[in-house]
Amino acid sequence: MDQAIMVDAPLVTVRNCRQAYHKDASTDLIVLDDVNLTLQSGEIVGLLGRSGSGKSTLLRIVSGLLKPTSGEVKWRGQPLTGPAAGVAMVFQSFALFPWLTVQENVEIGLEAQGVKKAEREERTESAIDLIGLGGYDTAYPKELSGGMRQRVGLARALVVHPDLLLMDEPFSALDVLTAETLRTDLIDLWMNKKLPVKSILMVTHNIEEAVLMCDRVLVFSSNPGRVAQELKVPFPHPRNRYDPAFRQMVDDIYGIMTRRKPPTAQAAVAATGFATPLHPISTNIMAGLLETLEGKPYDGRADLPALAAALQYEADELLPLGETLSMLGFALLEEGDLHITQAGRKFVDAETEERKQIFAKILQAQVPLAAEIRKVLDERWNHRASAVRFRDELEDHMSPEYAEETLRTVIAWGRYAELYEYDEEAQQFSLEEEDEDEE
Amino acid sequence: MTSFAAPALASGRRMPNRWDGVAMLLVMGLLIGLVDVGRSTLFTPLAANQTATIHLDPSYLPFYALRTTARMFAALFCSLFFTFTFATLAAKSRRAGLILIPILDILQSVPILGFLSFTVVFFLNLFPGRVFGAELACIFAIFTSQAWNMAFSFYQSLTTLPADLVEASRAFRLSSWQKFWRLDVPFAMPGLVWNTMLSMSGGWFFVVASEAITVGNTSFALPGIGSYVALALQQKNLLAIFYAIIAMLIVILLYDQLLFRPLVAWSGKFRFETTASTATPDPWMLKLIRQTRFFQAVFDTIGGGVGKVFRLRLGAGSTVQIDENRQPSRVIDILWYLIIAALAGYSLWRIVGFIAGSLHWSDLGEALLMGSYTMIRVIVLMSIAALIWVPIGVWIGLRPKATRIAQPIAQFLAAFPANLLFPPFVVAIVYFHVSPNIWLTPLMLIGTQWYILFNVIAGAAAFPGDMREAVANFRIRGFLRWRRVMIPGILPYFVTGAITASGGAWNASIVAEVASWGSTNLHAQGLGAYIAQATAAGDTPRIVLGVAVMSAYVITFNRILWRPLYAYASRRTTLG
Repeated sequence: MDQAIMVDAPLVTVRNCRQAYHKDASTDLIVLDDVNLTLQSGEIVGLLGRSGSGKSTLLRIVSGLLKPTSGEVKWRGQPLTGPAAGVAMVFQSFALFPWLTVQENVEIGLEAQGVKKAEREERTESAIDLIGLGGYDTAYPKELSGGMRQRVGLARALVVHPDLLLMDEPFSALDVLTAETLRTDLIDLWMNKKLPVKSILMVTHNIEEAVLMCDRVLVFSSNPGRVAQELKVPFPHPRNRYDPAFRQMVDDIYGIMTRRKPPTAQAAVAATGFATPLHPISTNIMAGLLETLEGKPYDGRADLPALAAALQYEADELLPLGETLSMLGFALLEEGDLHITQAGRKFVDAETEERKQIFAKILQAQVPLAAEIRKVLDERWNHRASAVRFRDELEDHMSPEYAEETLRTVIAWGRYAELYEYDEEAQQFSLEEEDEDEE
Repeated sequence: MTSFAAPALASGRRMPNRWDGVAMLLVMGLLIGLVDVGRSTLFTPLAANQTATIHLDPSYLPFYALRTTARMFAALFCSLFFTFTFATLAAKSRRAGLILIPILDILQSVPILGFLSFTVVFFLNLFPGRVFGAELACIFAIFTSQAWNMAFSFYQSLTTLPADLVEASRAFRLSSWQKFWRLDVPFAMPGLVWNTMLSMSGGWFFVVASEAITVGNTSFALPGIGSYVALALQQKNLLAIFYAIIAMLIVILLYDQLLFRPLVAWSGKFRFETTASTATPDPWMLKLIRQTRFFQAVFDTIGGGVGKVFRLRLGAGSTVQIDENRQPSRVIDILWYLIIAALAGYSLWRIVGFIAGSLHWSDLGEALLMGSYTMIRVIVLMSIAALIWVPIGVWIGLRPKATRIAQPIAQFLAAFPANLLFPPFVVAIVYFHVSPNIWLTPLMLIGTQWYILFNVIAGAAAFPGDMREAVANFRIRGFLRWRRVMIPGILPYFVTGAITASGGAWNASIVAEVASWGSTNLHAQGLGAYIAQATAAGDTPRIVLGVAVMSAYVITFNRILWRPLYAYASRRTTLG
């Protein structure tokens, strides 16, 4: 956009920002590494990336809620030391106070500033009207639909007349149609200069949303979070999703986000071994996607944006799925395309029991953690092993949340493959009795 | 009808650690300190006769009831203040929380009734010769029965505040005062109101027990229903006791209808849920308040004033960033541990000094033996109560109509001070010459069995409709239905009720194992009687010993039975 041209000093500058979590035993877990960002007046900037790429962390650093481990954050040229007055935030979960009415929720930021009652009511009223909430003043959030709730979230942020509006995946908790309405409404207000804000910084994992709304998109790579590429979106508003240039840009971003692909899945697994975090993907979804991929109209090969649109998945959901399939050797992910492998075809064609056997073999070959659990169980005289030791080992390589998720995943996969059993009460892996003389 | 986990269960998965030991020492040390202050003046006659003249004429009863109720609410106010300060400190400061929470945990297991005599003497000394001291003593006794679970509930809420709302409060720069009233208190409200109701129910029992007290040769009576009953017992006036019961019934009915039903329904507004739940009809009082213009005007004015106070920008706005890499200062940590260790060491030294002079190991053995008698009573009573009330509760809970009628009655009965019902039992025991060892026992559970009933009703009423249909569809009946469906389904609720009931039974044993009718004294063998007799004799070391042993029994009971059971029940009988 033309209005992105620099008018005065930048609103926000972030230099060499790094965020790491300190771990006692091993190396630090790096969430953000060497990130730079400059925000000018008059632009909408999108932070796009997968979950775990640190984009939400960056948003919280910019908001002043979180202090980066190192690096410099400046708000209007001054170092940022806490939540700044000119910044307001919209939350993914809406974060409305359920015991306050719409009006009271919107007023809360003004109360915090100590604005007098008359002015407070006037500004609240106009924010409520602006965002299309008139008539809902006395309703409680639980009486509203998701879309209306997020409008309250928007009004609450706008009423304080912030210079910078921060939005943390604001539309991802909404259904497709509602999200689209809210996006267009917001862009309309922005284009008509009715929003009392100078700039918007939004986090999203939805590629189309980023291309639809932003003037500039920072694409993040994961583990650790880095800015992989910065793209300017040259299209004027209102933008057309079906414009070939628009589609091409979405395709390109899919390409960027799947690029960091290892040469072969096996090599990557061998290199990282235990340390590979597993995505919590159910075997049902894997089977479902493989069947879809093998069937019409894809015939074994699908373009990711098209597949995402057909399945109503977002990039954030589809990419881990594709990566998991390619790690297991069921499919290959390259240049924004997903295609099925021989192993994947065999799996699709098999019956229930046979599928389990195929999956068991694959687990032992491709997932070192599953293979290790099985090996330990085979070696023990009582064929039992505590989950704690595996969790501890995982935590040496990843955050406790990822370790827990990985462990849950390997339990679910192992159960499906009947590779081992797990007792939740005792937190213990064990072998099925008749399993012993098999293999 | 929603039910909340008893606060004693909430820290269910917290492993006992050395902080519990330290907390036990500190609490005991504190109590001994209280005893010391009390003992120094215990046997000096009080300057003035602080016994008000009590009349058995029923026309005095409304006034007595009013005085009793006023004490209740004074204590409630103190409990709320304690809750807001103590729990907030424990939740906001990691270092304070380390020791405050175990202390709270111990305090709620200590049978405060055993210490009534000392707190009474302590407060009488603060205001010698004035009724005010006695009033304070009584209020303090009620406070000690109310405060702990309220504080626990509030602490629980503060530690489970939704992260996004906390972040929103920070991002919009609410001051700490604003955040407290806009986020902390509203979020805690449903649990707090529920626990306040439980506390009030327990409180009636204490107010009756603590209005007329005799310690050694000091005695006092405050105008109130409790004193009225005490005098009636002395004078063998069964009719007066009957009047007192009627008066109490009316008071509790009023308090229940005018205050607590509306309050509980109103607190539903603060329940943290994102979907509107099926609305239950408002209690008539709340309807009156919400729909009558006069009440609306009154409450709007109050609300406006309160809102202004809540909006005050006291305390700094949250200008502080969260720094996830900041390590807590080791030096201050160590200093803090040293201070606590020193206090615990001092407490230990005092405890040993206190006990060594006058007690022998055999005394401990005797107290433990007495404790085991009381424990057997509690276990037998609980089993009988479970056998009676679980089937009845399930039957009621599965029938919405019956639930609507029975649930308020059960809650009402739980609030009724059971000690008012003791005299008829005692008269019967004296009349029929039966063994007090057996027949005094039911008194322990008379007031608290209702917790089992109304929790079981709540559990059965919350039983999912589709599961009920599945049970009918697969024709699961008889013993199989109980073993596989109903008992697992209500287990978390049952445990919640049972822990309240059993804790209450231990406490009640202090007044239930000893009873008198005129000049006839009955006592059963047990720890409750042991403490009660030591109190009557002014034998302080034995009171301390008895209370310590009883606390140990209650804590052990909670730790090895109720908590694991509750943790198991809530893990295994909930989906997801």
